[in-house]
Amino acid sequence: MDTAAQFEPFFPGLIILLPLIGFLINGALALKHARVSAAAVRLGGELDLGEGDHRPETHTLPSYVGPGVMLAAFLIASVNFIRMLSVELHEPHVIEYWTWIATGTFTVDAAIQLDQLSILMTMIVTGVGFLIHVFSVGYMSDDGGYPRYFSYLNLFIFFMLVLVMGASYPLMFVGWEGVGLCSYLLIGFWFSDREKSDAGKKAFIVNRIGDFGFLIAMFLLFGMFGTLDFVPLFSEADNLEYGGSLVTAVTLFLFLGAAGKSAQIPLYVWLPDAMVGPTPVSALIHAATMVTAGVYLVVRSSVLYALSPIASATVAGVGVLTALFAATIALKQNDIKKVLAYSTVSQLGYMFVGVGVGAYATGIFHLITHAFFKALLFLGAGAVIHSMHRSLHRTNDHQDPQDMRNMGGLKAFMPITWGTMWVATFAIAGIWPFAGFFSKDEIIWQTAAFGGAARAPYPALYQVYWVIALGTAILTAFYMTRMMVMTFHGSNRTGVEEAKHLYEAPPVMWLPLVALAVLSVVGGWINVPEALRETFIGLGPLTSEWLHHWLEPVTEQAHRIQEFNLGEVAEQAPFGGGEVTWAVISTVLALATVLTSFQLVSRKNVRAAAEDPELSGFSKVLYHKWYVDEVYDSLIVQPLIRTSRFCWRVIDARVIDGIVNGVGWAARGVGFIVSMFQTGTVNTYAFVLTIGALIILGVSVF
Amino acid sequence: MINEALVLSSLLFVLGTFGVLVRRNAIIMFLCIELQLNAVNLAFIAFSRLMGIDGQVFVFFVMTVAAAEAAVGLAIIISVFRHYETVNVDNLKLLRW
Repeated sequence: MDTAAQFEPFFPGLIILLPLIGFLINGALALKHARVSAAAVRLGGELDLGEGDHRPETHTLPSYVGPGVMLAAFLIASVNFIRMLSVELHEPHVIEYWTWIATGTFTVDAAIQLDQLSILMTMIVTGVGFLIHVFSVGYMSDDGGYPRYFSYLNLFIFFMLVLVMGASYPLMFVGWEGVGLCSYLLIGFWFSDREKSDAGKKAFIVNRIGDFGFLIAMFLLFGMFGTLDFVPLFSEADNLEYGGSLVTAVTLFLFLGAAGKSAQIPLYVWLPDAMVGPTPVSALIHAATMVTAGVYLVVRSSVLYALSPIASATVAGVGVLTALFAATIALKQNDIKKVLAYSTVSQLGYMFVGVGVGAYATGIFHLITHAFFKALLFLGAGAVIHSMHRSLHRTNDHQDPQDMRNMGGLKAFMPITWGTMWVATFAIAGIWPFAGFFSKDEIIWQTAAFGGAARAPYPALYQVYWVIALGTAILTAFYMTRMMVMTFHGSNRTGVEEAKHLYEAPPVMWLPLVALAVLSVVGGWINVPEALRETFIGLGPLTSEWLHHWLEPVTEQAHRIQEFNLGEVAEQAPFGGGEVTWAVISTVLALATVLTSFQLVSRKNVRAAAEDPELSGFSKVLYHKWYVDEVYDSLIVQPLIRTSRFCWRVIDARVIDGIVNGVGWAARGVGFIVSMFQTGTVNTYAFVLTIGALIILGVSVF
Repeated sequence: MINEALVLSSLLFVLGTFGVLVRRNAIIMFLCIELQLNAVNLAFIAFSRLMGIDGQVFVFFVMTVAAAEAAVGLAIIISVFRHYETVNVDNLKLLRW
């Protein structure tokens, strides 16, 4: 059977190449636009920002090129996916293009790896990416940097595809750094605003800390295996000792990289600040794709993580703490995007819990469903902000268009946005049958099951994780409902004049919302747990646990190691009850939380931002994000600045410059003294010459 | 025979050296340099009686170079005199810091 059907890839290189072509075209247009408008300014004209009805000619083509290349890439990826569906592929399909690095025994090929995991990630990146590109056509239409925006976005997709399709750690690292660069460029897209360009720098610098870990891990891996290509590396890894210190070090360093990219404690601080970028960027980079790269990294290295119980427990622990911590902050944020940012950090924490308890397929499952509903939430927030911004702009109101205290009652103006965002809210809250229910609930269940395994490393620890994960699910339902109520329900707080200018987003913006809403409902059905299916028949024609089986070729090695060392996972939760029981309990809890918090928040009298009193007590601590930024500032940033200043003022300006200048002065002084011998009198020279000749003569004769 | 020639040669060389060191007139100094050269020539000739023709050949070279040097040196002295109206080297101190 295996030999009968061979997997034949369909132009996989084109998937990566198309966004690059898009970047080149849009980039050329952006440069042209910059040159034309700079010339206009030089001639004394106005800076052509392309605002309003007037659009420069360079702003037409990107609307087609940007989403067009994404659609093409998505279609090619789909063809590959369908071909892979029809055959049984046990070994990853590696396609080598050319040798990238060859030094001594170290070689890295520019090669892409097609397997169940990478094709799935490629589908998500291109598919969700396409929808967000379409949304951007509407959202960014009035922006002066329109072609520049699309060129960055295409470049980001290119690097993201290199990240997920690369066949070795160094190639993955290229993508890893590339997406970091694009993230920086897009956070600081409106770079003339100091706050925004600073946020870009913060993201870049915090990610550097993580990248250091990634690099060290790569050095260690090369030292251990002599190769960094995935396929030979993981087959060699079978010979490693279980729980060895070297593999623990590697996995912990890799996780440092993952924590930087995926915004986990202690490196999460950049993600909320990244919200100053354009909202579709937040949806694409800071919710759906780039920030999940850390989860992808852990799943890709699942063999190594399965070998190290300490690293796995750390991953799960950091994940569950981040989930809880970010959820508490999200409770009190008033900026709609900040709520979503902390919610993203929290959900990423869930994914790490999943991969930390050895449920690698489940982690990817949550990654996929999260990409759908969180992209939808961000795009919905984008539609709201777009509408608010326009209304405030037309009425010359200088309120904050992102502050939920200034919104309220938007349901009447934006019914489609309202409806689709509620779908996403149900999904993230984990209510049956929306996507998030299946993925999040499975993570929570797997945590309990793993802690109950026959030889689980730290059973009590995993029980704590499980309780926190359950509690965070309730917090999630609460803060999401609060956001929805403050934005869409209750009385309108924008002002009478402003309300006249509020209306639904154009079709180019709401069509992606609807598409994502559909995905947020059906996305979870690809991995319905076996137990649930047996209990409640009629969940649809899809095979149960399809995703789990689909990813088996990628994860089976890790599962084999885990089962061999830890035994079968438990069938019962710590306080009794099986998978079905706890699934029902959690969805009922989530639904109850949504209903009660809807009542609670609706009854609360929300006032507009300008009239809202200062918070006090614990709410204030949460509003100020537990003062983490302030603590980091005083513990790390300020000492670093002081040390740098000391190095500059004392070490550099005094010591090093002193040595350099001292050498110069010494040379001048010696030269001055020696120059005294230059009398200019020929006789003196002749005398010295004669003495010298006599000395040489004397030495050579005697 | 060789001893006498060498004694004469060294006497002439020392005379020339002293002349260069103590006199201030550029032309006299120049003549003293010529004296040194010819002292060396004498030594070459004397040694060539013992060691073959090479010494005499070398003397021709020295004479050729001395002729060229005399032409250049006298030209310099003439232009120095035209400029300063003296050839006393104590007055020529431009080559200093």
